[in-house]
Amino acid sequence: MDQIDYDSLGLMVGIEIHQQLDTKHKLFCYCPTSHRDVEESNFEFFRYLRLKRSEMGEEDRAAKEEVERSKKFIYKFYDTTCLVEADEEPPREINKEALKIAIQIAKMLNMEFVDEVHVMRKIVIDGSNTTGFQRTALVAFDGDLDGVGIATLCVEEEACRKIEDRGDYVVYSLDRLGIPLVEIGTYPDIKSPKQAKEVAAKLGMILRSTGKVKRGLGTIRQDVNISIKDGARVEIKGVQTLEILDKIVEYEVIRQVNLLKIKDELKKRRALVINEIFDVTSLFKDTKSKILKNKTVKAILLRGFGGLVGKEIQPNRRLGTEFADIAKMFGLGGIFHTDELPAYGITEREVKALKEFVDASEDDAVIIAAGDALRVERALQRIIERAKFCLVGVPEETRKANEDGTTSYLRPLPGAARMYPETDVPPVLLTKELLDVEIPELIVDRAKRYEKLLPKDLAYVIADSEYYKLFEEFADKIQPTVVARVIHSIPAELRKEGFNIEVLDEDKLRMTLEMIEKGEIAKEGAEEVLKIICKNPNANKEEILNVIGKVSNVDDFIQNLVNQKEDLIRERKEHAFKPLMGLVMKEFRGKVDGKIIAEKLKKAIEEKIKGE
Amino acid sequence: MDLIGKRVRIEAKGRQFEGIVMPSPTKTFVLKLDNGYNVGFKDYKLLEVIEEEMIPPSLPPLMHKEGLPNVKIISTGGTIASKVDYRTGAVTSQFTAEEIAAEVPELMEVCNVDAMLLYNILSENMKPKQWIELANEIYKSIKDGYEGIIITHGTDTMAYTSSAVSFMLSTPVPIAFVGAQRSSDRPSSDAAMNLVCAAKTVTSDLGEVVVVMHGSTSDNYCYIHRAVKVRKNHTSRRDAFQSVNCKPIGKVDYFGSIEWISDRVRRNERELKLMDKLEEKVVLIKFFPGLKPDILDYYFDKGYRGFVLEGTGLGHVSTDWLDTIRRISNESLIVMTSQCLWGRVCDRVYDTGRYLLEAGVVEGEDMLPEVALIKVMWLLANYELEEAKKLVKVNLVGEINPTSDYDRCLF
Repeated sequence: MDQIDYDSLGLMVGIEIHQQLDTKHKLFCYCPTSHRDVEESNFEFFRYLRLKRSEMGEEDRAAKEEVERSKKFIYKFYDTTCLVEADEEPPREINKEALKIAIQIAKMLNMEFVDEVHVMRKIVIDGSNTTGFQRTALVAFDGDLDGVGIATLCVEEEACRKIEDRGDYVVYSLDRLGIPLVEIGTYPDIKSPKQAKEVAAKLGMILRSTGKVKRGLGTIRQDVNISIKDGARVEIKGVQTLEILDKIVEYEVIRQVNLLKIKDELKKRRALVINEIFDVTSLFKDTKSKILKNKTVKAILLRGFGGLVGKEIQPNRRLGTEFADIAKMFGLGGIFHTDELPAYGITEREVKALKEFVDASEDDAVIIAAGDALRVERALQRIIERAKFCLVGVPEETRKANEDGTTSYLRPLPGAARMYPETDVPPVLLTKELLDVEIPELIVDRAKRYEKLLPKDLAYVIADSEYYKLFEEFADKIQPTVVARVIHSIPAELRKEGFNIEVLDEDKLRMTLEMIEKGEIAKEGAEEVLKIICKNPNANKEEILNVIGKVSNVDDFIQNLVNQKEDLIRERKEHAFKPLMGLVMKEFRGKVDGKIIAEKLKKAIEEKIKGE
Repeated sequence: MDLIGKRVRIEAKGRQFEGIVMPSPTKTFVLKLDNGYNVGFKDYKLLEVIEEEMIPPSLPPLMHKEGLPNVKIISTGGTIASKVDYRTGAVTSQFTAEEIAAEVPELMEVCNVDAMLLYNILSENMKPKQWIELANEIYKSIKDGYEGIIITHGTDTMAYTSSAVSFMLSTPVPIAFVGAQRSSDRPSSDAAMNLVCAAKTVTSDLGEVVVVMHGSTSDNYCYIHRAVKVRKNHTSRRDAFQSVNCKPIGKVDYFGSIEWISDRVRRNERELKLMDKLEEKVVLIKFFPGLKPDILDYYFDKGYRGFVLEGTGLGHVSTDWLDTIRRISNESLIVMTSQCLWGRVCDRVYDTGRYLLEAGVVEGEDMLPEVALIKVMWLLANYELEEAKKLVKVNLVGEINPTSDYDRCLF
């Protein structure tokens, strides 16, 4: 597909953004909102969650009010988490700092506020919340962003971080649980992939303009709702970077269009999914295929599907991949289908035997799966259902975003969320004081101001930097481009070189800028200063100046030495390093780090050799 | 017109909203929108009340299984029995056996259940009157042939009620008190596991009154605590209940069986007998530095003849109290317990203690103050004063340990 006419396809897209807030503490307790390494966990415990059938939205409560005893969930506790995250203490009142940020954002989106905010419990039983529900509250509604309607803005608590999923148990980390989030959902007013990306980008820019949101991977997530005419509503979860948002929409449109084409073709062929699972283990008794060997192998027959199971519906994803996704959900490695066989160690003879066994003709497709008998049976049963739906169209489902912009099957669309009031948290009246928050300058407007001082691209980057305030502070004292280098360009370069620039916080950057301002270092010295801080985050100004001073002495000394010993270098090439190193160390031992000297000397010798 | 629970259409903030009217904790009008959220409006105009047909819930009848022991569950209220209505958010407590079966189907693999809703009261509102009625109800159920009794109870005063039943009722079958620290409408509630463990307990070879609650913060096991040795030692944790001054009787694995930890009274070891009188004019007084003995006079003048003192350390109150104690002790039973909770009272180490004993105070051994309170209530109602003074130091139902373990027993 070259040019897709989204209008005529009736594309409708809505996006939902989840952004972590950078508050002092969590939404319902006084724990910090800091990220922890699992290795730092000092305690773990486990729980089970239970859900009554009636809560899953079934009309007939009388039917089977069955309790589902779900998986075992293991939780990692830290010295920065408390009994509230462990569901061992009632929540505190809602964090007003978070509420105020949400109000600020809602104002920026021209939204209307409710008079009283009620915290709800949204039932979530995948274990990601120790309580079995996520606390969430609707704050504002009906906003507008460049013609796209903003339906709702909610404040909610972030879920646990998933560490590993072992099938029968899942390990979660409590550090993330309870970090405040804003959830902003648009109406399905978006009409093209490009617009989806633009709206998401602008929303992100507005959020960052508050200066009170977290940054970095995983701190913002986009869910996308996509549908086309005759297609179905599909929800795509967890798009972590904006870069692929347009691709996600485009690929989903392509997927739905292709599924509709497949439907038409199948109908033309009078295709039929046979409602039977064949045990074909015996056919592969002596197979060379490692995947099938010594396992239960079962097959299903899709009459009239020949050639279509192998048809690409998204880049590098075929209809067969959709079936394989389902198999993976049941803990299998995937499936094989006759459109791709013989391959993977399965011979032509085996394929022939398989087709004969299930009575498949040239026009048919056979799908096989191998593994634990019960799992194979259940997976194939579900794939039969999915294959039957190929004759109907596009199934409504929740899909997971892949890194390349394609998506994989996750689960059917959830029914309406089950919500009930969080009685432990009192409602909050949105008073004048609470609503009286200033609207911050937008990053784009700030960038316009900076354009007078910096090249256009850099102006935007600095305006969007979390250290833009440093720029404002120093731009009239030092050359603006130098300030931009210190707070942005140099750290970016150092990161590429492998330095840990996490330690370059606002204080460290300010110290560096002050050193330049006071003339204690030349502006060219900034890089060296930042390098020293990266290596030794605790170094104070005097220590840094000391090292810088000595470093320049070392440079001179090495240069002189290399010039003096030109003959030695010419003769022994790289091997001149050892004797020369001895000479430099004699002068600087105990004053300058040997590693730094070695680096510099090696470089000087190399340059000398090259210069020959 | 009462709109609560009705579907309505309103106008607020220049827009129309449809939803269900919710009970409001404040004066604001609260609407549950179709997206599930509750929102509050101060100014609104009611446009329409939309009639909806309600489908009354019904549950399948419960069949008794041949060969399983019959257990009676008596509910007195508390979080364990509560159920939330997802439409209105209201918490109800109907508590039929059918409902329990629906909530905790595993229970039906352990025993046949008959259920009865005796009370629906918060445990802080329980009174000796209810303890007596409960003891009678249990007595009747045991006479009816039930092989085990489960009492669901609010956790706050569970240990008081279970102690009262321990003294009033001599039982041949296990009686387990069980509760929940997280309400049962939450997916993470501890109610189901506690109930399952209680069911295993009351179908085992046990013949006394116990409390069965979470043994750790994980959903792995419950402890079986002797009712007269247990205390709620945390406001909110699942494992709030601890045996004090002794080990629990046993440990019930959620998915496994019971491991017996210490000596227990076996099934049918005791005969069924009810002595259901309690003297209500008994008081528990916690001493603190500076507290004047007037408080004793106050209660004595009101006719109180039972006094349990929660003294300091080994069992002391200020020597200022000696005169008053001497004055009232002939007509009263005054028992000394300790604020330390752990350890035994000994009033023969310091002079103050010796003076207190001379003045007529009785040492409460290693009894918990609350248990001593209940014991004195029971003794004064059923025995002459002099007899009661002797019996208070005698172990009757496990409330006093003859020896003190080295173990702090923080189970």
